[in-house]
This record gives sequence, C-alpha cells and structure tokens, in this order.
Amino acid sequence: MVDQPIVEVRDLRKTFSVKHAGGVSTLHALSGVNFEIMRGETLGLVGESGSGKTTAGRILVGLVPAGSGSVRLFGHDITGADGKAQLAKVRARLQFVFQDPYASLNPRMRIGSAIAEPLDIAGGWSRKDRNGRVAELLDLVGLPKTSIDRYPHEFSGGQRQRIVIARALALNPQFVVCDEPVSALDVSMQAQVVNLLLDLQDRLGLSYLFIAHDLAVVRAVSTRVAVMYAGSIVETAPKSQIYSDPQHPYSRALLDAVPRADPNYVRHPVVSGEVPSLLDPPPGCCFHPRCPFAFERCRVEVPILRESGPDRRVACHLFT
Amino acid sequence: MAAPLLSIRNLTVQFRVDTGWVTAIDDVSLDVGAGDCVGVVGESGSGKSVTALSVLQLHDRVSTRMPSGSILYQDDDLLRAKGSTMRRIRGSEIAMIFQDPMSSLNPVLTIADQISETLRQHQGLTGAAARRRVVELLGLVRIPDAARRADDYPHRLSGGMRQRVMIAMAIACKPRLLIADEPTTALDVTIQAQILELLRDLRRELGMSVMLISHDLGVIAEFAQRVVVMYAGRVVEAAPVTQLFRRPVHPYTMGLIAAVPALDSEAPRLTTIAGRIPGPQEIIPGCRFSPRCALVQPSCLDEPPSMQTVGDGQSARCPPRIQVLGVRHG
Amino acid sequence: MTDVGIGTRATAAAIAAPRGYGTLRRLLRHRSFLIGFTIIALLAILAVLAPLITPIDPSAMRVRLRFRPPQAAFWFGTDQFGRDVFTRVLYGARISLFVGFAVCVVSGLCSAVLGVIAAQLRRLDSAIMRLMDALMSFPAILLALGIAAALGPRVSSVIIALTVAYIPAGVRIVRAAALTVREMDFVQAAQVSGASSLRIVLRHILPNCLSPLLVHLTFIFAYAMLAEAALSFLGVGIQPPIASWGNIIAEGRDYATQAWWVMLFPGIAISLAALSLNLLGDALGDMLDPRLKGGE
Ligand SMILES: Nc1ncnc2c1ncn2[C@@H]1O[C@H](COP(=O)(O)OP(=O)(O)OP(=O)(O)O)[C@@H](O)[C@H]1O
Ligand SMILES: Nc1ncnc2c1ncn2[C@@H]1O[C@H](COP(=O)(O)OP(=O)(O)OP(=O)(O)O)[C@@H](O)[C@H]1O
Ligand code: SF4
Ligand code: SF4
Ligand SMILES: [Mg+2]
Ligand SMILES: [Mg+2]
Repeated sequence: MVDQPIVEVRDLRKTFSVKHAGGVSTLHALSGVNFEIMRGETLGLVGESGSGKTTAGRILVGLVPAGSGSVRLFGHDITGADGKAQLAKVRARLQFVFQDPYASLNPRMRIGSAIAEPLDIAGGWSRKDRNGRVAELLDLVGLPKTSIDRYPHEFSGGQRQRIVIARALALNPQFVVCDEPVSALDVSMQAQVVNLLLDLQDRLGLSYLFIAHDLAVVRAVSTRVAVMYAGSIVETAPKSQIYSDPQHPYSRALLDAVPRADPNYVRHPVVSGEVPSLLDPPPGCCFHPRCPFAFERCRVEVPILRESGPDRRVACHLFT
Repeated sequence: MAAPLLSIRNLTVQFRVDTGWVTAIDDVSLDVGAGDCVGVVGESGSGKSVTALSVLQLHDRVSTRMPSGSILYQDDDLLRAKGSTMRRIRGSEIAMIFQDPMSSLNPVLTIADQISETLRQHQGLTGAAARRRVVELLGLVRIPDAARRADDYPHRLSGGMRQRVMIAMAIACKPRLLIADEPTTALDVTIQAQILELLRDLRRELGMSVMLISHDLGVIAEFAQRVVVMYAGRVVEAAPVTQLFRRPVHPYTMGLIAAVPALDSEAPRLTTIAGRIPGPQEIIPGCRFSPRCALVQPSCLDEPPSMQTVGDGQSARCPPRIQVLGVRHG
Repeated sequence: MTDVGIGTRATAAAIAAPRGYGTLRRLLRHRSFLIGFTIIALLAILAVLAPLITPIDPSAMRVRLRFRPPQAAFWFGTDQFGRDVFTRVLYGARISLFVGFAVCVVSGLCSAVLGVIAAQLRRLDSAIMRLMDALMSFPAILLALGIAAALGPRVSSVIIALTVAYIPAGVRIVRAAALTVREMDFVQAAQVSGASSLRIVLRHILPNCLSPLLVHLTFIFAYAMLAEAALSFLGVGIQPPIASWGNIIAEGRDYATQAWWVMLFPGIAISLAALSLNLLGDALGDMLDPRLKGGE
C-alpha cells in the first residue's frame, strides 16, 4: 500500500476583515500554506506569534472555515462545495487540544461528563459502555478512576491537560491538533504530557500537528518541523536537520533567539526590524524587511516553497 | 545596597478549605531592589502566584488570612495598608501581568478601550492623547499594524498578541515595580527576546524593578539578576543568577536545572523530576522535599530546615548539602 | 470594572469557579450568608405558617379594639379598624415575599433567555440591547409605576411591572457572562466534537452564567419588595383588604402620629428582609467572585 498522507493542505488561504477607525482592512492570516502529514507522524509547527498557526490548526478541524485552497483529511476534501458533509464524515477522527488547561474544561462539569462529552454528542453509547470507556480513558492518561466525580478546579494544570487529552481521545481519533498543549505547564508537567503524547502515538498510531513555541519540546515530539512566518510556511525539514542546519534566514533567527539556561551565554543579536504587517504584507518575500541576506529579487518576487534537499523544502531565493 | 523597593518578610498565606485552613505559602521572604530584576522559579503549585497576588492584596479576603509577615513597599506595609492606599499603588506604582491573559481581558471591550481605561484612571489621559498612547504602547509590545488593530476584540487576536496586550496594559502607567507572572509563555522566541529587551529598556530608563515569575529557566538566566527558588510554599534557595546556575545548593534547584529540555539533545523523552510536589494540605515531617530527594538524610525528617547562608548572597534550606559544600559563612 | 489597572476581570472572575472546595460548605461558613439566609428562611416559614401562629383573621374588623398600642394580647397593636397588626404583618409577608420571589424567578428566567439569545445570535443582539437600553433609560420605579397604573391594581400587575423594570439589568449581566464563556476553549472543544448550538447553550454557556445572575437576583428580590411597598404606598400596588407590607404602611400613614405602631412593624419587617437579602447577595458575590471582591 502506498503511504497516503492523512492530511493534505494545498495553497490554503484565509483572510479576516478588521474594522478600525479608518474603515475596514483585509488581514491576510494565511497566504498560501502547503503541508502534509503522514500516518503516525508528528508535524511540529513553529513560528512567529500571530503568523497563523492556530488559524491553520482550527481550519483543519472545522472550527474556522477555509478561505481558499484545499484541505483533504483522510482523502475527503473539507473545503469543496460539499465540505460540510465531508467534514461530518471525518469529524470523529479529528480532535483538538487547546493551550490553556484552565480554559479548556467547563468549570461546572464533572470530569466524567467532560471526558464523555464526545461520546454523548456522537450518541449510540449505552450507559455501561460509556462509563467503561471513561474509566479506560482515565487509565490511559494515568489518572485515578475517582476523578470522575470531581471538578476541574481540583486538578493541577498538568492533570487538567491529561483530562483534556483523555477527552480528545474518547472516540479514538487518528489525527489530533495540539495547539501549544504544554506552554502553560512547568517543566516536569511538560515532560509528563509530552511523554504521554508520545506513548499514545506509539500505542495508537496517532498523527499530530503539534504547534509550539518551545523548540526543545518540538524537537522531542516531532518527526518533521515546519516553520511559519507571516501567514506562510517558510521551511519544512526532518527535525534533526532543521536544528543542525536551518536554511531559511528566519529559521536561523528563531534558533538563535532561544534563551539558554546559562547566564553566561551570549547569544547572537536577535533579528531586528518591525514585525510583519498582515494588513499590507510587504511585496516579494515577506521576510525581506528584516532579512540580513535580502537582495533585489526578494523585494519583488514571492519565493515559493521548493525542494532544497532530501525531504526538505524552503521558500527563499537563496536556495534556487 | 540601598533599602529595597519591595521587601516581603516572613510572609505566610493561608486559605480556607473544607477541613480548615491550609498554608499555601509559609515564611516567604524576598527583596526586590530599585531597578533590580528578581526571578521566581519553581514547579506549578509552589506558591509563586500566591506570593505575587499577596503583594497587590488581590486575594479574596473572606477565605484568606495572612497570620504573619509584612510586605514593605517604600514606607507602607501593604498587608496593613488602607483600601485607598492600595488603589493608588495598584496599577500606577505596582503593575501586574497576570498568568492567564484570556480571563484577564474583558471580551466585550476592544483592546483600545481597556488600555485607555487604565490610562484614564491612573494618568488622566483621555481622547486623542490616550489614543496616541494606546497605539504607541501596542507598537512597543510588537503588535503589528497597531493603529488598525487597536479596535479589535481580544478573541480576534492570536494567543501571543493577547499576552502582549496584557504587557502593554501593565507598563502603560510606567510602574515602579512590575510583577510579571509567566509573561512570555505564549510568545515565540524572537518576540520573547524583543519583549525582554523592552523590559530591560524600561528598567534602564525608568529604573523600573521587575519580579519575574517563570518556569522557563532560560528566560530567568537571561533576564534576572537574583533568583528565588520556591518549593511547596517555601523559598528553598535564593542566589545571584550566575551563582545559582554555577553551583546550585538545594537538590530541588539541581533537579530543576537538570530537567531543562535541551535544544541539542537527541533523547526521545523529556526528563522529569521524579515524584510530585505535595499539595498544601499534605503533612510532611521535616523537609518538604524529602520524599523526592536523592540526598535525604535521617536528620532531614526531624524538623523543617531553616534558611542558611552559603556565601556570596546565596542561601538555601538544606543543611546536609551546605555541610557537604563546606562553605558556610556567618 | 472596579480597577482596570489590574486587568478588567469583572465578568471573567465572576464565572471562574472558586478554587477552594465545596461552594455550599464555604457558603455555610460565611457569616453574612448564614445571618441573611436564616432571617429570610425564618420570615418565609412564619409567612407560610401564619394561620397556625395566629388564630385571628387578618381582615377581621373589631371597631371596639381600634388603635390599641402593642400589649400582651396584640403584640404589634391594632389599626384603625381594630385589625391585629401582628397578624397582618404575618399575612403581609406572604404577599410581599411572594411578589419578591415571583419577580426574582420571572425576571431571572427572562434575563437568562434574552441574555443568551443576545450573546449567541448576533443578528438579534442589537435589537434586544436597544430595547433594554430604552427600558433602562427610565428609572425602574417610574417604569413600574407606569405599567402598574396601566394594568390596574392587582398582585399580578405588580409582578409584571416589576419584572419588566428589572429585566434589562439581568439581561446585561447574562449577556456579558455569555459573551465571555462563548470564547472559552471548552466551548470550542465541544464544537470540534460536533456539538449542536442547543447543547452548547444548555450544557456550557448557561451553567456558567448562572452565578453572576444569582447574585444579581438576590438584590432584585430585595428591590422588588421595597418597590412593591412603594407602589402600594402610591396607591397603584396591592389593594386592601389584602395585606402586604407595603399597603399596611400605606394605610397606617394617615394615623402615623396617633398610632405609630401600625407603620413601624411592617417597616421593620421590610427593612429586615431587605437587609438580609443584601447580606445574602454580598456573601454570594464574595464566594462566587473572589478576585473582584479581593481587588476592592
Ligand atoms: N476571528 C478572527 N478575526 C480577526 N482576526 C483574526 C481572527 N482569528 C485570528 N485572527 C488574526 O489572524 C492572525 C493569525 O492568528 P493566529 O491565532 O493564527 O496566530 P498564531 O500563529 O497562532 O499566533 P500565536 O503564536 O500568538 O498563538 C492574527 O493577526 C490574528 O489577529
Ligand atoms: N484561593 C485559593 N484557595 C485555596 N488554595 C489555593 C488558592 N490559591 C492557591 N491555592 C493553592 O496554593 C498553592 C500555590 O498556588 P500558586 O498558584 O501560587 O502556584 P504557582 O507556583 O503559581 O503555580 P503555577 O506555576 O501553576 O502558576 C497551590 O497548591 C494552590 O492549589
Ligand atoms: S527570499 Fe530573500 S529576503 Fe526572503 S528570506 Fe530569502 S534571502 Fe531573505
Ligand atoms: S534537607 Fe534533606 S531532604 Fe531536604 S533537600 Fe536537603 S538533603 Fe534533601
Ligand atoms: Mg496560537
Ligand atoms: Mg502561578
């Protein structure tokens, strides 16, 4: 069997309109995003805050409608004319884990009902099967069965994130979008949750889109890494390569900016210049106003994401 | 050193729960000098936010009590300050960046409305002047197209942009002390570096002091001058930042430093500190860290260790380690 | 919005669950809650058991016994028709508490429904809110006075009038809370799982809007009782011979100098009830909204 990607995103675009005192402007949140995710793979998505990572993740699970371009999940195009119907077919196989473990559980709902919510919505579960499944899920994420009757405020951030993961896994999804699932957690809970996600992947063959800012965490979980800047993916590469040999100037800037737990470490000056405007994106390469290597062509021609080595692609005129 | 701007002395905070009162933080002391940056680290539940909220007296008064200690800010003891004093201090003298940006922003007001409300209350700025300042502040925290995004509602911004709005609000009135509770968790590393740079500039230009709470030791190493390590409601170690990373004394500090995920590691799993932090209700005889400590001695279980000076501004709550290091001074 | 300098936490904090354990147990340990709750409960019990406590008919007139001051036989004295004021105050509690309670329930329900609709259906939002603004531009008591006068002096019209007068504030509170909750991740998590809008409203949004509404309603209860008294006093409220605290006072007004007790005792009853409801509301607010109160 040929390995088919379970997620295939082609030239995905999304705009929002922004009202302000001077009228209405168009915000280009995503301007032509391409990636795919294979079965059992984790794509780490990193990049500038506000570059469209969450928007892309939300489009994948149908929380936000796509602008243009196509999104195929398990071979179903959810962006076509009958997108809604196609999405309904694959919905049970998709899940989303949010960043904030404090906001992603209803404070007035007991843990048992929260975890069972996807089952209740899907329907067709007998009371006994449903409760059995909840117990099984709690076990899977390493929480005691007695948690069922407790409320979210009785749990720590790391425990809550485990509950959220249990809820996400209720219907055996095959693809989970994790939007900064460990940003709000301390190092030990981060490790707990990341290790749990990895174990579940081994056991259940899950695929993840893992959005994060912590590059060390991304390194631990990802198979491949995609770097986003101002609504576009500027580089994708297997994880070992992106850390040892980043190609795109923004990827390099990102790696240089990682703070080290060493007070004597003197790091390269951080990339300067204005953060990019999404209301009037610069012509040519969106990174050119800040890029130390920018040349004439960068100001006029948009670089497209091209093969730049085995299994890696970069959108930069330096690599053509 | 001159008298510190903020001096928390032996602060104990208790909360009322089912079974009576539990002690969330116990005998916490820390100083923040004028223009200084003090980092506070520790796992979740170690009492960092409780300490920070105490400074601004933001605990619910009915179910909280502070049986001992004092919080000296300039000439006032904030524990005993009047409501009017607190109102003056909050926001304009001491500002806080809260840990949870979403629940700290009002979803029905635009970000411009929320920032200008702060400006109006504390600086009397209104109309066009307030508007200019709002746009300037949003630009400072690197919100692109600040002038045109100012009229957006919080849920239309990205997670990191919301966090930056909180930062803009906190620095709006040029506070003398900024308490930043996990201010950069939702930011990518380049913007994080720019925000830290901005705070550094404010420290230089205005002499602003910062109390930086973070679980990211990288951020602490880069930004703080002194570090206070908290565990289960107590300060277990305090030291200048270079000293802390060069020679951590407390086994918990060593564990925290060892658990920092490395950027260049090929390890398939992240390292954790074995065991878990006890809740405020759990009674642990002697040293609260002993159940997780690899160096535990029988004497550790006898009585809670006290804070002892190691030298060079470093002190820790672990007599066995201090003895081994053999560097005890006065 | 008490202190925007530290973040506009009003609604957000109001819906955040308290961090301690067992809200009910916490409440029972709260002194003002206990006092408020006990007094209101006591008044309610007295009102319900009125026929058992006093054998006298509240509207029985005994002209021989007019204007007797408080004494062993008539604890609160008698009025101009010789009716026992104690009995009338007890029976009046039934009407006054009923009016307060009914206004509370009806305006609570309407506020919840309208507030959630305004928050969820953006198309109806501006229409609903404009109507509420219009209603709010009159002082509540004037509005109620107008409506009660138009509908005629009956218990039901007093309830309708006060309900209409107090709905706008409730709608605003629910709408603000619902708008906050709507953006929370747990609502989106339910959407990812394919939850219907109805399910989202019933399971997620409404339960999280109830605590600020509840706090508000305890105050409405007190306002409604006071307003009923005011309407009766002005002659558009509940009409004699039915006793309500308001009309006992209204009737006693003409003889205030010779028979002070006729006005005094129902007055005390009203103040007591309003005071304890306020204590109750404050305590609920404290408990359900810790950061806001702590930030004062
Ligand atoms: N509903 C919306 N209406 C208007 N603009 C929006 C909306 N959702 C997102 N945006 C805008 O789209 C851009 C991308 O936002 P997105 O949340 O995808 O960024 P992100 O990469 O996840 O950033 P962060 O790392 O800070 O979370 C931002 O400028 C944001 O303000
Ligand atoms: N209002 C409260 N009532 C009861 N217990 C509380 C309250 N606030 C905090 N606690 C408890 O006090 C302890 C310290 O909490 P705190 O929020 O200070 O932790 P933290 O160090 O800030 O952790 P994190 O990194 O997760 O923010 C925790 O065990 C917490 O459950
Ligand atoms: S295309 Fe040009 S401006 Fe863009 S990253 Fe490459 S070199 Fe820099
Ligand atoms: S006092 Fe003892 S148990 Fe506590 S940290 Fe030191 S060695 Fe470990
Ligand atoms: Mg995001
Ligand atoms: Mg905290």
